[in-house]
Amino acid sequence: MNPHRPKLTAACLGVALALTTGAGNPAQSAVFNPETFTLDNGMQVVVVTNRRAPVVSHHVWYKIGSADSPLGKSGLPHFLEHLMFKGTEHLAPGEFSRIVARNGGNENAFTGPDYTGYFQTIAKDRLELVMRMEADRMANLKLDEQEVRHERSVVLEERSQRVDNDPGARLSEQLTATQYYHHPYRIPVIGWRHEMASYTREDALNFYRTWYAPNNAVLIVAGDIDAAELRPLAEKYYGAIPARPVPARVRVQEPPQEAPREVVLSDPRVQQPYWIRSYLAPSLAAGATEHAYALEVLAEIFGATSTSRLYRSLVIDQKLATSAGGYYRGSSLDLATFRIYASPRPGVTLDQLEAAIDAELERLKQEPITAKEVERATKRLVAEATYAQDSLSTAVRSFGVALATGRTVEDVEAWPERIAAVTAAQVEAAAAHVFRPETSVTGRLLPARELTAATSPLPAAPPESLTGDREIGAEQDPNG
Amino acid sequence: MADVWRRALLLGTLGMVGVSGVPPLSHAASKVERVVSPGGIEAYLVREPSIPFLSLALHFKGGSAVDPASKEGLAYMVSGLLDEGAGDLDSQAFHTELEDRAIRLSFEATRDAFAGQLKTLTGERERAFELLRLALSEPRFDAEPVERIRHQIQAELRRRAEDPDYVVSRAWFETAFPDHPYGRPVEGTAESVAKITTDDLRQFVRNRLAKDNLVIGVAGDITAAELGPLLDRAFGDLPATSAPVDVAQAKPDAAGATGIVRKDLPQSRVLFGEEGLARHDPDFYAGYVANYILGGGGFGSRLTEEVREKRGLAYSVYSYLYPMDHAPLWIGGLGTGNATVSESIRLVRDEIARMAAGDIGAAALADAKTYLTGSFPLRLTSNDQIASMLVSMQVDDLGIDYLERRNDYIEAVTLDDVRRAAKRLYHPDQLLTVVVGDPQGLQG
Repeated sequence: MNPHRPKLTAACLGVALALTTGAGNPAQSAVFNPETFTLDNGMQVVVVTNRRAPVVSHHVWYKIGSADSPLGKSGLPHFLEHLMFKGTEHLAPGEFSRIVARNGGNENAFTGPDYTGYFQTIAKDRLELVMRMEADRMANLKLDEQEVRHERSVVLEERSQRVDNDPGARLSEQLTATQYYHHPYRIPVIGWRHEMASYTREDALNFYRTWYAPNNAVLIVAGDIDAAELRPLAEKYYGAIPARPVPARVRVQEPPQEAPREVVLSDPRVQQPYWIRSYLAPSLAAGATEHAYALEVLAEIFGATSTSRLYRSLVIDQKLATSAGGYYRGSSLDLATFRIYASPRPGVTLDQLEAAIDAELERLKQEPITAKEVERATKRLVAEATYAQDSLSTAVRSFGVALATGRTVEDVEAWPERIAAVTAAQVEAAAAHVFRPETSVTGRLLPARELTAATSPLPAAPPESLTGDREIGAEQDPNG
Repeated sequence: MADVWRRALLLGTLGMVGVSGVPPLSHAASKVERVVSPGGIEAYLVREPSIPFLSLALHFKGGSAVDPASKEGLAYMVSGLLDEGAGDLDSQAFHTELEDRAIRLSFEATRDAFAGQLKTLTGERERAFELLRLALSEPRFDAEPVERIRHQIQAELRRRAEDPDYVVSRAWFETAFPDHPYGRPVEGTAESVAKITTDDLRQFVRNRLAKDNLVIGVAGDITAAELGPLLDRAFGDLPATSAPVDVAQAKPDAAGATGIVRKDLPQSRVLFGEEGLARHDPDFYAGYVANYILGGGGFGSRLTEEVREKRGLAYSVYSYLYPMDHAPLWIGGLGTGNATVSESIRLVRDEIARMAAGDIGAAALADAKTYLTGSFPLRLTSNDQIASMLVSMQVDDLGIDYLERRNDYIEAVTLDDVRRAAKRLYHPDQLLTVVVGDPQGLQG
């Protein structure tokens, strides 16, 4: 269990896990040791060999996400992701999934602010089959009007399930939309309901024709395969699709934020109040990127674990909160956020909680992070990378995210050494750069009409950020 | 290109109808070793030297179902406290060691078991097994962490009261098992958690964590010879015997009823279920196949096809077998707008009736088999997954060669078998259905 504590890895998932796996030479600092090549049509290919089982994980990522939604059609990239299962010139609606299942494979797709991905995990001797089908739907999507209508209902139900039924998710949506006044990261991955209701078949097809081209996609395959084996298949299926012009991603940039902002979501369903603050922060690819690795280390020390400064102070020593922590996800194409959260014990108001957190932020200046703290954190972050090799999907995800957010294969490979090189002075500078009240949004989740009072302790983790994953519900399987 | 394409697809499709195309089972299958330590502790091991760490899964029979009356949530609370200080190490010292050595240790409680996971780099494993020993045999239960975890659980309960999925599940189990421990929440209630004392915690550890109800699975970078002494280190101090698990066999109550928990939600959450098949029932695998066809297979399953794909009524709709030790069940669920709850439930009942009537064809059976056998190796690609599978194999007494035989069990299921199992499993008039939300036109 441990819903009770921030997990050791909670705050570094995006990084530590965005980092490892590989062909079994873990002592090396470059953990994945991938092979890469580019097809003549511009499609990038990354191969990570892992021969533990006769299985491959085959992914195609498009460099397009919810932040690229057309005006008035928020969430359209996620809707298109759903429609990609609805047939092509060669396959009937749903047939793609049925064929994968019939061949013993698992499949799914996901959408984020910067990317949209499709994957199958399957026996190695079925790889060619799924490559053929994935290439087919890159070029030959065919949409039936009625299928589009039904799927629009499905994504509206998905929104109800993920967001509207959950006050914490609704606060998170408001918080993000407030942090990004101008930049399209303000758009929820799933979309705003009133705009989702307006999606048409033509909207989806126009978006598809604009962005789904091999030169805007990355092929990543991990598992029982190497580049020599993959290349002929990649050339045969993806290489046959001609490149075509893809527009630049037009992302308006966030203006300087000059005043702190606040959002309060009050709902009669809320029984456990919650406090969260988001600071605009550089990412690994945008803004003052020189702070990005130090911010990962800062998050680890300040808020990731049961021995972090926030947890010790608010939860253990002062007994104001049932949980408290912080996290930073640096892997975005544009500006990222650093977030701090806490949940009050009964009888503690959110004002008290906020004052205690502000005091910890002040203490960061008076008693800066020490070299010893940094050494502990970086050692742990780098060590955690070994565990990430345990899963086929981890390497794929690391490269997919990096290549879709303006970074390179080399950046991923260099991650452990860059983390290990972070110094206490850099962490101090990063904290000073990010923790500025005028770039923050503070969010409060409260029971109805008690805008200042508070009661008790917290959700063990921050509300999950929405990925728009198309997962079809629980398939629990205790046996079998 | 179209013709080539069509032909190739056909090959890909047909190739799997026969068994010949099924990939070999995971390499793990042939390598399960039974390890018995010098001190007599037994474990199943799959050695995987390619990455320098190991995963260990442990399982003690007896979970929240044996929590004392009015102390519901005891097992759950212990699961949050075993790593909060042990031996000479207080909570912060214990966590500092785990973090600095990148050792991951966690525990969890279910209705039937108290379980744990340990993950350690090869270079830290001596200390990792020692920390595990401390957690299991010398937990401190200091006042500060006990109060802190108590507050965290109570906060979690308040937060979950906002979560329609938790509310619907809790209401379903309370209705199905009004006089049986399975009807009580694993996490307890705010009131019951408030009553749990340090003595209760200690007594749980003494009664429940023993050698005779312990099962262990290990996967990763370690040999049988290396593992033996470490098993003695971690588990050798446990008492020989646990207190008996005194839980009656039960069947879900309120068959055929529909319950509504009114809440002002945009989407209703629906949970439905009835008696299922025990893990050792001769029809279990046939039932497993039947469930895949009904609602276990995601796209292509009948529930998804009818409720989601054809009508767009839900984002998620599913079913699964849930063979608890003392009450086998099958359970399903969906989420849909308040206006379409009645229609969705009717569609579910229709599909269940179809299954019960034996409307299952050879093609559906063949598709289920190729998926269930072909995807089995995908569930064994990581040390975590393998360790936990090794525990299940022992808990359910499936035999050390289960990984090699499992697909044969699926292949052996005939059309008669799956129809018989479906008839035993599915009774549209006996379904207990609970809805959380504001469903329109539905009588509770």
